[in-house]
Amino acid sequence: MEFSELIRTGQAQAELLRGPEMPPLRGTLCVTGHHLLLSPGPQATPDLWLLLLRSVDSIEKRVAGDAGTITLRCKDLRVLQLDIEGVEATLDIARSIEALSSLESVITSFPFFYRPKGLRLGESWHFHPPERYYKRVARETRAWRLSEANEDFSLCPSYPRAVIVPRTVDDDALARSARFRQGGRFPVLSYYHAPSGTVLLRSSQPLTGPQKRRCAEDEELLQAVLAGARPGARGFIVDTRSAQAAKQARMTGGGTEAKSAYPGWKRLHRPLERGRPLQESFVHLVEACGDLEQSMDRWLSRLDGCHWLSHVKAALSTACLAAQGMEWEGACILVHGAEGTDSTLLVTSLAQLILDPLSRTMAGFQELIEREWIQAGHPFQLRCAHSAFSHTRPKHEAPIFLLFLDCVWQLGRQFPLSLEFGEGMLLALFDHSYASPFGTFLCNSEKERCLCEVRTRTHSLWSGLNQPKEQRKLRNPLYAPNPLAIWPSVEPQSLRLWQGLFLRWTHPPEPSEVAWEKVWQIATDQEKTEGSQPTDSASEPQP
Amino acid sequence: MSYLSSTHIYPIIVENVKLLDRYVGKKPANGSLYLTATHLIYMEASGAARKETWIALHHIATVEKLSITSLGCPLILRCKNFRVAHFVLESDVVCHEVYISLLKLSQPALHEDLYAFSYNPKSSKEMRENGWKLIDPISDFGRMGLPNRYWTITDANRNYEICSTYPPDIVVPKSVTLGTVVGSSKFRSKERVPVLSYLYKENNAAICRCSQPLSGFYTRCIDDELLLEAISQTNPGSQFMYVVDTRPKLNAMANRAAGKGYEKEDNYSNIRFRFMGIENIHVMRSSLQKLLEGTGISPGEFLSGLESSGWLRHIKAIMDAGIFIAKAVKVEKTNVLVHCSDGWDRTAQVCSVASILLDPFYRTFKGLMVREQPIPNSVIPDVNHCLSLPLFASLRCGHLDGDSKEVSPIFTQFLDCIWQLMEQFPCAFEFNENFLLEIHDHVFSCQFGNFLGNCQKDREDLRIYEKTHSVWPFLVQRKPDFRNPLYKGFTVYGVLNPSTLSHPFLQQAQGLSCFASPCIADIISISLAMEILTTRPPGNSLSLIGKSHLAMVYNPLNMLLHSVGYYIVEDFCIYIHKAY
Repeated sequence: MEFSELIRTGQAQAELLRGPEMPPLRGTLCVTGHHLLLSPGPQATPDLWLLLLRSVDSIEKRVAGDAGTITLRCKDLRVLQLDIEGVEATLDIARSIEALSSLESVITSFPFFYRPKGLRLGESWHFHPPERYYKRVARETRAWRLSEANEDFSLCPSYPRAVIVPRTVDDDALARSARFRQGGRFPVLSYYHAPSGTVLLRSSQPLTGPQKRRCAEDEELLQAVLAGARPGARGFIVDTRSAQAAKQARMTGGGTEAKSAYPGWKRLHRPLERGRPLQESFVHLVEACGDLEQSMDRWLSRLDGCHWLSHVKAALSTACLAAQGMEWEGACILVHGAEGTDSTLLVTSLAQLILDPLSRTMAGFQELIEREWIQAGHPFQLRCAHSAFSHTRPKHEAPIFLLFLDCVWQLGRQFPLSLEFGEGMLLALFDHSYASPFGTFLCNSEKERCLCEVRTRTHSLWSGLNQPKEQRKLRNPLYAPNPLAIWPSVEPQSLRLWQGLFLRWTHPPEPSEVAWEKVWQIATDQEKTEGSQPTDSASEPQP
Repeated sequence: MSYLSSTHIYPIIVENVKLLDRYVGKKPANGSLYLTATHLIYMEASGAARKETWIALHHIATVEKLSITSLGCPLILRCKNFRVAHFVLESDVVCHEVYISLLKLSQPALHEDLYAFSYNPKSSKEMRENGWKLIDPISDFGRMGLPNRYWTITDANRNYEICSTYPPDIVVPKSVTLGTVVGSSKFRSKERVPVLSYLYKENNAAICRCSQPLSGFYTRCIDDELLLEAISQTNPGSQFMYVVDTRPKLNAMANRAAGKGYEKEDNYSNIRFRFMGIENIHVMRSSLQKLLEGTGISPGEFLSGLESSGWLRHIKAIMDAGIFIAKAVKVEKTNVLVHCSDGWDRTAQVCSVASILLDPFYRTFKGLMVREQPIPNSVIPDVNHCLSLPLFASLRCGHLDGDSKEVSPIFTQFLDCIWQLMEQFPCAFEFNENFLLEIHDHVFSCQFGNFLGNCQKDREDLRIYEKTHSVWPFLVQRKPDFRNPLYKGFTVYGVLNPSTLSHPFLQQAQGLSCFASPCIADIISISLAMEILTTRPPGNSLSLIGKSHLAMVYNPLNMLLHSVGYYIVEDFCIYIHKAY
């Protein structure tokens, strides 16, 4: 293995401190190509402690006397301390971890080597392609078709091979519309809301530029959307930038839809934070959560100062606006910001969770993430390269997917029975999006995934999560299907800090784990006593 | 209702009254307002469900009449359970009439006008008397193993001669004479002599309570020193005893100038003195005030409002003091004597929190009732509450029209502390959040006699046991509603060891005090919940929606929860209004 040159030392004796409530582990420390291993001495339990090197966010070393200390801050916000015997060994191990944890190559990453028992390669990869969603849409309406215009990723490198577009628009028009949109992301269907017959679309910004260019095909496409919905239908363009920012984007070739060019469509600006400010908010929040000695006032003012909850509120409000436009106003909604790969996806996916009961099931939620995040071209590799502890200056990192998970968590807290998955699922998705043995979150787009052959050479996270043994952790035992839209309250007192994530490693886990077990127990007992047909949701995990 | 109060009641019915939502864009409900002797009832004229809103008159904290607008005459009611109702009446004259009546009715000048004295739930005399006997505090002393080798229960205070605010029976060390107790009482503010509050049976460590000594700068009292020495000796396992002054040091020093103050370590043998830095009732009152006012639109405003109110800081200070005492008792196995100024606000909170941490019994229905039981029948078991809660009852809760400077949310804070513990230990309490809310409601509703009067003596003078009903049987009846389905039983958790970090406290945003938030207060009302559940078929109990622990109540609330969906939908009209 080519990693061998990066590994400077075979092994060392070390003690591992895993946090306030956990007992320390002693044993032999060993660095391999993808993992840090600690095997306890023969007298202890034979269990191996294992850490994926990819999940190390930052590393700090200190030496004193003939021993050293390495502090590992992980992408899942855990902080680990290793006390290692020998100065040389400490420095070598630190350097090895540093080198191995920051490897950029995708095809040498662990998912390409991970071969767990009980899973077959290629399994679950076919679960969630756009074709599957199109079948759902086609059952309801004839106004849309599945276009394979992007078969070779030439129209849009960040779209999947097949996209859903208005039936009356042909592939040539799509190609022209793609040239008029940043990154080729022309408007495509994101969600069809059957009760009102309206649709949710997403795209990137139009390239109007300072001359206010127009594109006839792009305009026709949006007209076709309205015509396909119902006669006289209106549309709203939700721009996730401020009006000011949208105007400024013209200087760099971007811009926004001119009112006169798109009759029937009205533009609304809902600025959402993205990019560096969002990353900084995340970093400050994690810093505040890590400071255990602060007073109450200091804690509250830091929580306030990092603005994280404001971002949660803004995201949920905008998603509600989009959802409400469809459900109440019977309007079609197009969402875009600039690139259309970040806050756009945040809004469209949250709006679906609010409106669509199917997306709140375990399978539906997985499909939603696959369709609206992974295949829709959210650049996971760039955005999740580093988490909150990295010392390097953030380039493309932004916790936009985490923000989505936080919003889902808020939904789940306000509607405890309406989501089939529990907090465990959201935590797992957070962990895996930053570092994972599975290939699902690798790369930035479908095109890259094809080039790297991710589908055939790595395992899908979904097949990992859908194993029966994982269900008790991931599912919500209280789930009862709710056919209604779930409108969250976005009042500041209704939004809470996601303690299960941000304080996961500083809190003793025991009381909440006991509570979770108890909830399961009650739920299962309830089913037994009721004796009536047990719903497939709670008792039998889906294959 | 006595004749006196009914004179200013003209069963008022006002038609065409609007109940405003705080959302500007929403069409206000239209209905009728009924002013009865005990409640203000609003009935919506339209709508299939005929929504009713009941507000107990005693819950009304302030009535505000705004100047006339194009809609009509606004009348704003702010309730002690943090509900806010915004009515608009058609006529200025009628509005004024309602306003005046509400002012008079909501704060009667005499105890006899309180609802409890007229409340008649159709139960026999016997049932009523049994109700008062339901909670037997004597048995709680028995449970602690009292009396024992070191402690004795004496009825020395039977005529309230030693201390007028103590119950007739007090627990003092066996080794001291009555003279010493009386002597010590002369040296304590309001004669509140050191007595036992809780005994941790496993290691004989006791929590005792008293008021501040009248030490000034130099004064000493031999009897007091003897009594403390005797208390210390009841626990042979420990070489010393903590004396905890829950006040900030500065406040305690200032008291010295007034001839009061705190114990000097040199004058007492083997005591270790600690200050806890919990603020006084006036600070707490203004903290709550700020908390209620500070509800911003954005999370930022909300958090900075929360921070500047200091509410969580105070809650944490009380919890920290409770945790300190519990650790001293459990880990250091030592006695603790707690006092503040008069020993009936902070002392009560802190001792109660410590006992709840130490003793799983107080985390059960029965235990909490004992802990809160203000009116023992014959023997006073639990000095904590016997002495403290009653005081909140009339003075601190502002039942009667009186000095607003004496009103303070001491009891609300205590419930918030329990709630914080429930958040950290979801399986350790037999009751749920609704139980706390219900108790909180009844402290102000004056429907039952338990929380009336300031001390045992007051209550006897008011003949509460003869004339009013006890709240506990009423609550016991509804136990299924208040049960925490996650409770793991008595033995699973021994001593609780909560986190003392600042982080977990944020959750308060959804706790008791959150009913200050218009968002939830508009949707649900605690008093409405109470009324609906007691007088109406349970199908109507929309009002339970939105409480944070619904997740834990599995089946019965299933339906309710989904109706949240319907309900909150209305809130979102605002989006569309803003958008278009």
